[in-house]
Amino acid sequence: MNANFVIKGRVWKYSDNVNTDVIFPGKYTYTVSDPAEMPQYALADLDPNFAEQVQPFDIIVAGTNWGCGSSREQAVTCLKESGLGAIVAKSFARIYYRNCLNAALPALISPDAVDAIQDGEIIEINLQRGEIHCAAGTFTFPPLPEMVMKIFDAGGLIPYTHQRLKTQKEGQKKG
Amino acid sequence: MGQTFAEKILAKKAGVKKTQPGEIVEVAPDVALSHDNTAAIYEIFKRMGGESVFDPGVHAIFLDHAAPAPTTKHAENHHLIRQFVQDQSIPHFYDVGRGICHQVLVEEGLALPGELVLGSDSHTPHAGVMGAFAAGIGRSEMASIWALGNLWLRVPETMKIIVKGQLMEGVTSKDLALHVIGDLGSDGALYMSVEWHGDGVEALSLAERAVLPNMTAEMGAKNSYLPPDQVVFDYLNQRAKRSYEPILPDPDAQYAMVKEYKSAEIEPLIACPHTVDNVKPLSEIAGTHVDQAFLGTCTNGRLEDLAMAAEVLSGRQLAKGTRMIVIPASSEVYKEALLAGYIEVFLSAGAIVESPGCGPCMGNHMGVPAVGEVTISSANRNFRGRMGTKDSEIYLANPKVVAASAVAGEIIHPKDLQ
Repeated sequence: MNANFVIKGRVWKYSDNVNTDVIFPGKYTYTVSDPAEMPQYALADLDPNFAEQVQPFDIIVAGTNWGCGSSREQAVTCLKESGLGAIVAKSFARIYYRNCLNAALPALISPDAVDAIQDGEIIEINLQRGEIHCAAGTFTFPPLPEMVMKIFDAGGLIPYTHQRLKTQKEGQKKG
Repeated sequence: MGQTFAEKILAKKAGVKKTQPGEIVEVAPDVALSHDNTAAIYEIFKRMGGESVFDPGVHAIFLDHAAPAPTTKHAENHHLIRQFVQDQSIPHFYDVGRGICHQVLVEEGLALPGELVLGSDSHTPHAGVMGAFAAGIGRSEMASIWALGNLWLRVPETMKIIVKGQLMEGVTSKDLALHVIGDLGSDGALYMSVEWHGDGVEALSLAERAVLPNMTAEMGAKNSYLPPDQVVFDYLNQRAKRSYEPILPDPDAQYAMVKEYKSAEIEPLIACPHTVDNVKPLSEIAGTHVDQAFLGTCTNGRLEDLAMAAEVLSGRQLAKGTRMIVIPASSEVYKEALLAGYIEVFLSAGAIVESPGCGPCMGNHMGVPAVGEVTISSANRNFRGRMGTKDSEIYLANPKVVAASAVAGEIIHPKDLQ
């Protein structure tokens, strides 16, 4: 992914305070460890249609405090692995927000856009410009910080750290 | 314009003069806390290409979440962690029995004023009681710290909470914390830094103060901070593992929000199922039957908490049909409670005293409830399913109310005990 990336997809709209237990139920946290198996349980206790019908680059649009509760990363991984393009919310729980960005899944804050966007419509997000285009018009969000874009470009925190560690080791060998 | 504590410490750690809310800084933690999840973090670390950790000295590793191990699977996990600690020569390792990470970090003089603590546990903000900046992070982030020694942080907006005056008799800092969470809600301090100020905070003992940052996680805060004073410095006198420089917010700092509370207006409170912000006065909930009372956890498992419960239980017996589990937060607390005679009081009353650790708090072992049962607990979380089964109820209260309810077999104000 690069900074010019445009995400276009169908909207799955949800309400306030959706917690990590309904995004990825706790009973699966120790029994399902392969990321590829996680999408089938995504939003299992919130919207059973989601896992069946979600398409690559679809977009979740949610109210306040999306992802509250535990710090489990599977609640992000299950959505990332299902091909989800982005989450737009009025606000995010802090650790969930960080887990999204570290997984290179855009987590965007735009309360006005959330109010205007309808469930099921097709919207377009321009990450570089910080714009959301939907039926009701164009809305903006604060652009993601440069540091976070670097993590996005690498494909997430794990590959990003992998690259940096490799560069450091090569530097030490040369030095 | 002055800076808040968060803005100041993150500027210092990032090596810049000033920071502003919203800015991203790259910082190296002084302490990287992990617990039973250390083996899982090690797996991610290896996937990142990690071999040796960046700095073994910053690690603080505790076996507390399921300790001692309840199953072979848990024991294997502990075994892997001990091996990791030995291979990487990590000096600050606390094995099963020493106690709960947040409490032991303080006792061991590793939570220090003006330092940065990052932990892969959502209650890491606890260490703010010593004047540290302490925040919870994810497992991949912890693995990245192990590899590179640093992590990105967003400079948070700051909320200032001012507490005025002293608490009434029978009211504790747990009630103060529940009062604030009930008022602000579970997302009331979302992504914010919280500073606790005022004579109402200064008047509290260190043990009572710790409840405040411990529970701030329940309103979404990133970190929670109490300005360190002589009480903190005296405590650290014989304990601090290294010298430290306290950081205080500037008097003219700009706060995103200021809230003021009067201690005298606070009464004993209960967080009702299934959210921590579902707070009601004890008087409204009194009479609710309880099957189990649980005294312990990083929130209220310190010596003073055990003392409060022992005072209630002295010369009394638990109600027929109600169990009580007592878990000292650390081995230090356990020894002191033994010397003070509290353990004898608990056993004489019919309670069970277990080894230091998290116990049944998140449903691992040592006293989980049955389907349909009700627990009154001194912990910090009462989410549905938290203690194992989603079909049970958890009420959160202060240690005196927990003990009194075990005697009455129902939720009760200690003054109403026969």
